[in-house]
Amino acid sequence: MAAMTMTRAESRPSDDGPSRVQTFLSRHGGMMPSFAAVFILVLLFIGGEIFLRGDFIRPLTISNLLIDNAYLLVLAVGMTFVILTGGIDLSVGSVMAFTGMLGAKLLAEGLPVGVAVPAMLLGGAAIGLFIGVLVQYFGVQPFIASLAGLFLGRGLAFIVSLSSIKVENDAVLWLQSTRIKIGDWVITPTGIIALVTVAIAAFVLHLTRFGRTIYAIGGSEQSARLMGLKVGRAKIGAYVISGTCAGLAGLLLTAYSNAGYPRNGIGTELDAIAAVVIGGTLLTGGRGFVLGSMIGVLVYGTIKTIINFMGAEQAWMQIIVGALLLLFIVVQRAIVARSEGRR
Amino acid sequence: MTVDIDVPPIVEMRGITIRFPGVLALDGVDFTLRPGEVHSLMGENGAGKSTLIKALTGVYGIDAGSITVAGERRTFSTAADAQDAGISTVYQEVNLCTNLTVGENVMLGHEQRRGTGIDWKATHREAARHLESLGLSLDTRSMLASHSIAIQQLVAISRAMVLDAKVLILDEPTSSLDRGEVEQLFGVIRDLRGKGVAILFVSHFLDQVYEISDRITVLRNGTLVGEHPIAELPRDALVTKMIGRELEDLAAIANSSHRVIDRTGTPVVKATGLGKRGVLEPADLEIYEGEVVGIAGLLGSGRTELVRLLYGADRADEGEVEVHGKGTKVHQPRHAIEHRISLSSENRREEGVVADLTVAENIVLGIQARQGWMRKIPKKDQDAVVKEYIEALGVRPANPNALVGNLSGGNQQKVLLARWLATAPELLVLDEPTRGIDVGAKADIQRKVAELSAQGLSVIFISSELEEVLRLAQRVVVLRDRRKIGELDAADTDLDTLIDYIANAGEGSAA
Repeated sequence: MAAMTMTRAESRPSDDGPSRVQTFLSRHGGMMPSFAAVFILVLLFIGGEIFLRGDFIRPLTISNLLIDNAYLLVLAVGMTFVILTGGIDLSVGSVMAFTGMLGAKLLAEGLPVGVAVPAMLLGGAAIGLFIGVLVQYFGVQPFIASLAGLFLGRGLAFIVSLSSIKVENDAVLWLQSTRIKIGDWVITPTGIIALVTVAIAAFVLHLTRFGRTIYAIGGSEQSARLMGLKVGRAKIGAYVISGTCAGLAGLLLTAYSNAGYPRNGIGTELDAIAAVVIGGTLLTGGRGFVLGSMIGVLVYGTIKTIINFMGAEQAWMQIIVGALLLLFIVVQRAIVARSEGRR
Repeated sequence: MTVDIDVPPIVEMRGITIRFPGVLALDGVDFTLRPGEVHSLMGENGAGKSTLIKALTGVYGIDAGSITVAGERRTFSTAADAQDAGISTVYQEVNLCTNLTVGENVMLGHEQRRGTGIDWKATHREAARHLESLGLSLDTRSMLASHSIAIQQLVAISRAMVLDAKVLILDEPTSSLDRGEVEQLFGVIRDLRGKGVAILFVSHFLDQVYEISDRITVLRNGTLVGEHPIAELPRDALVTKMIGRELEDLAAIANSSHRVIDRTGTPVVKATGLGKRGVLEPADLEIYEGEVVGIAGLLGSGRTELVRLLYGADRADEGEVEVHGKGTKVHQPRHAIEHRISLSSENRREEGVVADLTVAENIVLGIQARQGWMRKIPKKDQDAVVKEYIEALGVRPANPNALVGNLSGGNQQKVLLARWLATAPELLVLDEPTRGIDVGAKADIQRKVAELSAQGLSVIFISSELEEVLRLAQRVVVLRDRRKIGELDAADTDLDTLIDYIANAGEGSAA
């Protein structure tokens, strides 16, 4: 009976401060890394403002953060799904390059946007499906399966063309060239596409059974299976989503650079993974938020912008992102250790 | 509570046969489960209990036989199939997702929806309703990980109720619960039985089986021994049916505690004031040649902590250790192994056997570690050692090439014991070597310990089962609240005295 009373006491939120904090922690402990990312972002903004003597926190700078990193944001969204299941997708950078090349080629051949864009998305989805099936039905490690996807994507990009293909299609260029102004704030259709992708992903992850299954798999795949959840479908789904996002990122990058280039996105998968982890998603899966990944991308973009403004070496970018990544992994370890210790 | 035999059964399994490579796991087993009964499935490890349950839950396919649920012939190929037929399972290691909330774990896959999205408010309300029907009032929005295993188990049962389970399978649900928590669980079980749910209960604790069951089915070596109403099957008859031989073996071991130990010489290992802040108050311990020292105390009293300090698995911040009268430092397990001290951890699966290696490889690991990795042990010597220990301990199957992961818990424990024995230790520390294993394997292990100590091996034996401690040990060290409270001579201590001592021994008698 002792256990019973304890439970009751646990569940009754009382009015004094500490226990309200406890209730909050027992409910939202998993959000801590994402809060930490917001904190870092704020620090970066303040730091940027001080360093650049009041020239940093301006609507245009912040708008450009989103516009310049729209493709990375879309990649990070797809990557969040995969990492939440406890997997990894190394293919996204080269899939983005491939779909960009594919789209540019189709448009250059005179095919309409209505064919080229779906082909890009489907191309990405197909590679995602390939990786997902390898992982789910052939028991291949996600690292290896997506490494195969990485080589496949890069190879296909070079098969399309060895050199860059210029894009002159008005509809695609419109995505980047249109500047929608709201006061001093600016956004492009590419930025809107990225934000809508985030919103859809947040909806799927938090308000659909498919999304919750993704989290359950990350918590314990065996448990999820024994609970009768559709594990195989959800896991493959995560890779398909990541592939599709890579296809979409290919479109955004093509619009951004007016061309498809087969060497695009080399190493970008690592930037996406870094952004997701900095945004508070646990690499072991099961914990994290797509909004956190957006914060992660903004942190990444802000560091890049500050370094550009300062005119410092790009090498510092790598070092700072590396250090941040290390910091966040340590924070995550501490959180996992804490929650395991409590059990 | 008696169950009317005329009630049509909810589950009927007929002639169930399952083959694994080289093993006939189940051989034509019949099993019947009726609504509103608690039916215990009994048998030693390896008797086929888990296999039968997995056949019923769709984890294993059957090679022959039929499964009928609620009058309908069924074949299950996934856990989801079985759940759709109204069969839910709560496993020993709770199979929920600790990264999600309590409410979500209850409702996962059955969330309330509004339009296209999940209606979280309604979902949590529904979860709370199911939890309350089991007498639980929890914050459904709290993380599952923040609750005890006992609560998690009850959450798992609530989940079964959401699925509208007609059959609830509880596989070793009580193995990590304390007495109060077991009572709470049994309250819930009785309540569900009253509502007509058929409950299949598996436990190693005979007391619990007799407390809760209406009927017992006994399996042995993959075959059905019989089905009996609880009132018609006294305990000794049940145990005899389970192991198929009398418990004379255990009675013979009892003499071991009366063996006289020569404590005049130098102890094999002597610890003085060994302690660590926040873990264990300084304690003394000495073990002589051929002696079995039992360590008794409640869970969390510091039993495991004491031997981990002695072994160097945790680093003591005070105290000294002498081996054969010579002061030495044991800061790491490596040091302990150099002094021929071996520790068999209570955490068999995580810190003990390597599930992906074979029986032979697991046994040889210990010797190889002593030898150093560079010096290969000739295959012939390996085979001889492996064969010797498989026979001596009665590892089943007696196949050196079987994967340890496929063995039952009792046989894994035997392999672990073999691994340490093969290193020829002078002091063997056994932390809960018999937990969660069946009567037959327990007897085998206890017999081996008694035999080895008679030959001069010193043993520290930790067990929650005090009868075992008293049977094997000549001296019992008692711990309470992370402090050593005294030592008893096992020969003139009976179970009641020991229990009383653990519970009540005052400050004055502290060593």
